[in-house]
Amino acid sequence: MTLTHEPIEGEHFIVASESTGDEWEIVVGLEVHCELATVTKLFCGCPNMFGDEPNTNVCPVCLGLPGSLPVLNENVVELAMRLGRALQCSVEPSVFARKNYFYPDMPKDYQVTQFDRPINVDGWLDLPDGTRVGIERAHIEEDTGKNSHAGGSGRIHGADYSLVDYNRAGVPLVEIVGRPHIRHPEQAKTYIDELRAILLTTGASDAKMEEGSLRVDANVSVRRVGDTELGTRCEVKNLNSLRSLGRAIEYEARRQVDLLESGERIKQETRHWDEGAGRTRAGRSKEEAEDYRYFQEPDLVPLVPSAEWIAAIDAAMPPLPAARREALAVASGLAVTESGVVIAVQRDLDQLALATIAAGGDGRRVLTHVEHNLSGEGSAGLDPATFAQLVGLELGGQLTATQVKTVLAEMLVSGRAPDVIAAELGFEAMDSSELEGVVDGLIAESPEEWSDFCTGDDKKRAKLQGFFTGKIMKATKGQADGKAVAVLLESRRVESL
Amino acid sequence: MSARLTRDNVAKVADLARLDLTEADLDRYTEQLSAVLDHAEDVASLDLDGVPPTSHPLPLVNVLRADVVVEGVDREEVLSQAPSVEDRRFRVPAILGEEP
Ligand SMILES: [Zn+2]
Repeated sequence: MTLTHEPIEGEHFIVASESTGDEWEIVVGLEVHCELATVTKLFCGCPNMFGDEPNTNVCPVCLGLPGSLPVLNENVVELAMRLGRALQCSVEPSVFARKNYFYPDMPKDYQVTQFDRPINVDGWLDLPDGTRVGIERAHIEEDTGKNSHAGGSGRIHGADYSLVDYNRAGVPLVEIVGRPHIRHPEQAKTYIDELRAILLTTGASDAKMEEGSLRVDANVSVRRVGDTELGTRCEVKNLNSLRSLGRAIEYEARRQVDLLESGERIKQETRHWDEGAGRTRAGRSKEEAEDYRYFQEPDLVPLVPSAEWIAAIDAAMPPLPAARREALAVASGLAVTESGVVIAVQRDLDQLALATIAAGGDGRRVLTHVEHNLSGEGSAGLDPATFAQLVGLELGGQLTATQVKTVLAEMLVSGRAPDVIAAELGFEAMDSSELEGVVDGLIAESPEEWSDFCTGDDKKRAKLQGFFTGKIMKATKGQADGKAVAVLLESRRVESL
Repeated sequence: MSARLTRDNVAKVADLARLDLTEADLDRYTEQLSAVLDHAEDVASLDLDGVPPTSHPLPLVNVLRADVVVEGVDREEVLSQAPSVEDRRFRVPAILGEEP
């Protein structure tokens, strides 16, 4: 499909039609399944372990053998409630239901889930850009086994038979159903980033998209700008990375706009993202909810967490990303929405940044390094006091930006003090009279270029500024500060006019 | 026969459950299931204001177990029960369509 409509960038991702002049708005709601970080499965004592030998973590309960009975894992309830409270949900009395379907990934031929009475309801998630995304519910359910499709192409199409591993069958999941409050593919990615941070902070899940412990489905629809009714949505599955998520939403929205503009209707269906082809394809048409013939699981009693249990969870709640951004913004003097603040919390480097600022480091400089020169892993050993010292050297003009980067990289390896490293690398502060001597010498060496620099047009001057700066850097072995060089060249130019 | 449940309803439910019912089965189950629904209708016609729905016959909530590993079943024993096995996995017929 060729897409002729270019998006208008902004807070909302809008596709404008060239033929009608209509503008269309994307509406996205995300459903996220995440595996809870328990030791055992949801209803039996089999290990909840990724990557074990096939069919080694199985027992009569998760194999659905007759006569076996499920018993709810207390830690599942604990982790699900922690997540729910972190998402500002209210915890309600809940019951389990059987979702009946015929597919060999569940040996019981039903999946135990929470249907009409979920444990967590009505919460929200605030994004760094200030958008509040509603959370309809976050309920407990069991994961399914894993099918590999054998034969033919090794893919679903043309497979002769399937091979099933039940290690994952019965692993506890929480499904987080977000309201359709997302308006931009990038916002969808941010939502997942933020949700991941909450899952990690609360210890509810390791939230690894690449290992499948966090899985995202996107409900995508479009509507004319100004419309308040929701359009017919399609559910896009098989989104294995944040990149896929963004691309799939954009593709799907444009597909729908093209259909609607050519007078067709959107069919509500499940579609699968094909990363290689960069498009979505129709899957099996979505069964009506009643086709699953939900009914209450007779082998499990209702779950009614006590007020004390919920209060204990609230009391032990660690600071959540939004609160951590707020604290860092106050300490650094930057806005909560600044990328340095957002990224520091994302990379779990906000404690380091706070300690460095407390040790006297300039907030903006510290967060610039966190954003551009530090990764989440490998920066843990960095000492806040020496980091602050480095930022001080930079701000005082003793080290150039390039030199600071080199010294910082060396500090991460050796943990030594920045002044010692700088001295070893020969990054001595160059005093201004020394720099003036070098600059004046180079001007005298190239009189023609200098005269062109002084009298030429902007384009010529910019070119020659590069020429002189390059020579100066070479002569000083990179120790001259770029800003100081520019100031000096300009003042010499004005003097010579 | 009750109008609440048609023979087609029963056929559809049987199909979803992959049950291969004969024509005679369909007639019999339509009649029996209609009787069940009639009974539910009788209950629903009573004045039940203030009576909370029964969610479970036992007066129990929060039956929980500790998050501790319990020995499962040996893989060889599990797979020996399966009609077909390949590569330490259950081998099942090809599945049309995608997972739900
Ligand atoms: Zn088990």
